[in-house]
Amino acid sequence: MGRYVVRRLLQMIPVFVGATLLIFLMVNVMGDPIAGLCGERRCDPATAAQLEKEFGLDKPVWQQYLTYMGNVFTGDFGTAFNGQEVTELMATAFPVTIRLTVIAILFEIVVGIALGVVTGLRRGRPVDTGVLLLTLVVISVPTFVTGLLLQLLLGVKWGWIRPSVSSEAPFDELILPGLVLASVSLAYVTRLTRTSIAENRRSDYVRTAVAKGLPRHRVITRHLLRTSLIPVVTFIGADIGFLMGGAIVTERIFNIHGVGYQIYQGILRQNTQTVVGFVTVLVLVFLVANLVVDLLYAVLDPRIRYA
Amino acid sequence: MRGATHAGRVACAVAVALTATACGGGGGNSGSGDAGAVLSASWGDPQNPLEPANTNEVQGGKVLDMIFRGLKRYDPETGEAQDMLAESIETTDSQNFTVTVKDGWTFSNGEKVTAKSFVDAWNYGASLKNNQRNAYFFGYIEGYDKTHPEEGGQSADTLSGLKVTGDLTFTVKLTQKFSTFPDTLGYAAFAPLPRAFFDDHDAWVAKPVGNGPYAVDTYAKGSQMSLRKWDDYPGDDKARNGGVDLKVYTDNNTAYTDLLAANLDLVDDVPASQLKNVKSDLGDRYLNTPAGIIQTLAFPYYDENWNRTGSEKVRKGLSMAINRKQITETLFMKTRTPATDWTSPVLGEDGGFQEGLCGDACEYDPAGAKKLIQEGGGLPGGKVTLTYNADTGSHKDWVDAVCNSINNALGNERACAGNPVGTFADFRNQITQQKMSGPFRAGWQMDYPLIQNFLQPLYYTDASSNDGKWSNKNFDEFVDRANQETDTAKAVGLFQQAEGVVRDNMAAIPLWYQNGSAGWSERLSDVKLNPFSVPVYDQIKVS
Repeated sequence: MGRYVVRRLLQMIPVFVGATLLIFLMVNVMGDPIAGLCGERRCDPATAAQLEKEFGLDKPVWQQYLTYMGNVFTGDFGTAFNGQEVTELMATAFPVTIRLTVIAILFEIVVGIALGVVTGLRRGRPVDTGVLLLTLVVISVPTFVTGLLLQLLLGVKWGWIRPSVSSEAPFDELILPGLVLASVSLAYVTRLTRTSIAENRRSDYVRTAVAKGLPRHRVITRHLLRTSLIPVVTFIGADIGFLMGGAIVTERIFNIHGVGYQIYQGILRQNTQTVVGFVTVLVLVFLVANLVVDLLYAVLDPRIRYA
Repeated sequence: MRGATHAGRVACAVAVALTATACGGGGGNSGSGDAGAVLSASWGDPQNPLEPANTNEVQGGKVLDMIFRGLKRYDPETGEAQDMLAESIETTDSQNFTVTVKDGWTFSNGEKVTAKSFVDAWNYGASLKNNQRNAYFFGYIEGYDKTHPEEGGQSADTLSGLKVTGDLTFTVKLTQKFSTFPDTLGYAAFAPLPRAFFDDHDAWVAKPVGNGPYAVDTYAKGSQMSLRKWDDYPGDDKARNGGVDLKVYTDNNTAYTDLLAANLDLVDDVPASQLKNVKSDLGDRYLNTPAGIIQTLAFPYYDENWNRTGSEKVRKGLSMAINRKQITETLFMKTRTPATDWTSPVLGEDGGFQEGLCGDACEYDPAGAKKLIQEGGGLPGGKVTLTYNADTGSHKDWVDAVCNSINNALGNERACAGNPVGTFADFRNQITQQKMSGPFRAGWQMDYPLIQNFLQPLYYTDASSNDGKWSNKNFDEFVDRANQETDTAKAVGLFQQAEGVVRDNMAAIPLWYQNGSAGWSERLSDVKLNPFSVPVYDQIKVS
């Protein structure tokens, strides 16, 4: 087990370097970011040159990348164009997005898996058909439609919630955005769990468990659900990364100043430091989440062992 | 008239100095407003650090307008430059100015505003090492070439043309005659700065201190700024509300939704997609007034296709093929007005605005357009591409509409096509590198309400925003003469003659004047937009 983890951690290094290099090059290809800083006019050459020097843009790309990576390892993610440290931006953006992601993942786990178990055990019954139809609708309607619709109904027409999230973004204000963000994944989790449960119900070990007279809830939670969760855990693990980086649409609709907002603004302003910094952290989140998922396999299915 | 208000202000300043009480001018707290109530307003994250000489966009400008007062201030309604902190600005030759600062003004941290506050601020703005984006505003002052050379290091830290001659007086020496120079001093870049700015710069940027009617209470970068009324503000435009909370919105649609849910009091940019609902949603709590913004199509004169004899006929033809009236009415729901000159209605007739100057060339005339383009040798390569940035301002919609209009007028489906560029930065980049091969979007928001600002930066040879590199000797000559003219009316006349040269060559196609819009909640009254399309926060009453 320990050796396996070390091996995986070592494998992360080339993935991490490759991913950051790609992002760095992509942002760089977009052109000279200084040109956008002076509004509808040409930056005067002296100031432009001075700014380039300050942001290190006058050096060749490979050198910029090396300097940048060197700084990252000492905890310095550079400075955004508005004079703020990128680490400062991260300190304000990540807590908000993490709260949002936690709520979304909780919805997926609690509601998604519960619905999946119920429908998986009652295949073909009205409950099953109803939930299946519902998930189909949720999957086929784009997130921004769900988001705007719920915002208009709950926020403006009925006045139950604030249509936008305040800058502190406490948990209770994030419930609706979290549900909207989770909706599509939630539908997938339901369907994955349902199929998996339905399939494993007929397996030998479940039949054995039932035959030796175990109570029904014990059969379901300890034997059936545990092995059925493997594909679901894979999905949710990968989803953590997607939810954190891909919340741009939801964050825009509800005016949440999280990671998606910072990346979006960074791209618009061609702010290499912001974009690369945030994406680097997201890459790390992805890698760690994947490792945790792989380790969870062994916990869930006793037949899987790592060496 | 002007003398009378002037005297009133002096009396006011003296009263402040003697009794240290507030001098509420213009019936300050009368009416139904609750002077202590705070309103919330939509905001965007400023692009650059909030220093006066470093802010060149509206969002940062909003804050500077609340926390700073300069020598001059543009009247929120007429746009006329009026004395604010200036006791007097005197000159005999339009090149050497003597500025006297009013006594009794302080910054909100208690520091006195003196001549040095201005000179230090201007020197800071003009010094290359401080990376100030608005440094070129100081370009007329003698010594700028030393503090901000085109290339190489700076050889001086201060402008030789600025001299403090007394506690409240200083002199300005320009490199050339510039009669309207005093009227440019209302621009935020010319604001005074307290010593705190220089002594602890980081702390100042984290929480700016100025001399305006509001003081910054808290500032959470990227999300919210709380401004509160500064009770000891010595000016006569004291805030009529308790303060303003500026909230950052990523999407102006969300801000509008928040306004409808009574979660926000003021939105100063009603999204285009909501314009058709705005009457039923807000009724008369909606404002749509002209702002000092004009949209044009500029041409790449470095491309010989657009710089040959006869190409001005092609440009005029293109202009006549655009149905401005239809586009502004259907697409923009009348939040734009078809342009008939190259300035803006906010200047007023006296300021140089000439309605109808463009004449037939700006009227929709498909037959005439076709004929003129043929006479001029046809479109280069048989078609034009309109380049624009697709990331902001719903430019795609109107570019497509303009192209449709041109295609219909010329009876050719392929005469015109849009060419979107992903980001504004990349768009600017391609323009500065002179990569345009056809007309491109050019918007101009005035820095100060003077006809000079609509012409010189855009059409003068090698000027800072002359992106198409248009150059015309006659135009340059008129502008030079206008700048030397001491009589304002005569100067405006000369600028108008210069504008005539622009018209005769159709240097750029004027499209439309842009309006500013605002919507507000039932709690507010007296909401107005100034000519820069920024709400006049200090006059808003909250009930």
